[in-house]
Amino acid sequence: MTGQYGPLLETLTRLRGIRGAMVVALGDGLVVAESLMGGVKGPALAAMGASVASKAAELAGRAGFGPPRFLHLQASDGSLLVAPAGGDLVLVAIAGRDVPLGLLRLEMLRLAERLA
Amino acid sequence: MTDDIRQLSAQYAADPTSLVFLRLGEALRHRGQLDAALKVALGGLGRYPHLPDAHDLYARVLADRHDYATAFDEWDTVLRLSPHHLGAHKGIGFLYYRAGEPEHALYHLRLAAELDPGDAGLRAAVERVAGGREIWDTPVPVAPPVREAEPMEASVAASEPFVGLEGAHDRLLLVDQDGLRLGGGLLGPDGQDVSEVAGAVLAGTAREAARAARLLELGEWTHLALEASEVGVCLLNPTADTSLVAVMDAGLPAGQLTFFAERAAKAARTWLERVR
Repeated sequence: MTGQYGPLLETLTRLRGIRGAMVVALGDGLVVAESLMGGVKGPALAAMGASVASKAAELAGRAGFGPPRFLHLQASDGSLLVAPAGGDLVLVAIAGRDVPLGLLRLEMLRLAERLA
Repeated sequence: MTDDIRQLSAQYAADPTSLVFLRLGEALRHRGQLDAALKVALGGLGRYPHLPDAHDLYARVLADRHDYATAFDEWDTVLRLSPHHLGAHKGIGFLYYRAGEPEHALYHLRLAAELDPGDAGLRAAVERVAGGREIWDTPVPVAPPVREAEPMEASVAASEPFVGLEGAHDRLLLVDQDGLRLGGGLLGPDGQDVSEVAGAVLAGTAREAARAARLLELGEWTHLALEASEVGVCLLNPTADTSLVAVMDAGLPAGQLTFFAERAAKAARTWLERVR
């Protein structure tokens, strides 16, 4: 599975400021594939990406906002980004400060579409 | 393929590191070849991530593709890199006008007109947005206008945190840490009141966002933006023990949504100080 997704994730992690990207199963936070820089805590990224995505999906579902397409958690030192990739999978990325978020969003949406 | 595009493509192929991608991307955009223009813009942006014109080209292509949210963010990036960038002021002015924000549109278009006083089309656009007001004799404000009157100290009602703000009763919701509604309200796309059901998960979602930022060593979280099929949603904590959600139509610029949420958070803090 990692072999299938690896090259796709690397197109993302080549972007400036991206510290890591993963394909994660939403239900249990299991890592399907990953491409991480040193120092990034893979299990925490997978768990938190899946958890925030689940909460946001619950909020969107209850309020009738429609299925989530993209999530962006902004913090003082970086961002967590999540794009549902069809079925039970989500594409998760972690970025530092001063990244081109628009470009990153577009690439993640494109990748999530390919993964679906 | 037209001659100019053929020629520019050949130059670009011969030296992919050159700045000819700017002219090629623009030529493709003018011809309506948006997929090709996007590819060229992204390639150039990858090589020159700090070049304002590269972001400007990318934003123009995005606007042509009706991805206004990302285009806004890209033009916003241009203005951070180059505050007097003509194209970015024109682009953001257009997006504000399209979003029904004529005062913000006028501010950016007037700055653009100052940068290019010979552009008759731009002057006409300024006059159209101004709606017949005489504006050329007044100087351009030094800062963008405040969208609506700030909540006035004296008029803050005890029962309503978002008095005077757009969407005060149907697009802004403030809850406590147990998810109980403190003020505002949310209507779903079908017009149903979803304040209670959304409030029930809102505080938990905010707690999860804070936990994620802490565990991933991202520092203090500031907001969580959710792009859904029907709407754009921004969640943040005005104070340590309250959460707020702001909702706007899907497709509006992400920066505009965050701005809207931050203004509501400011109003909520003012209101909480008064009622507590």
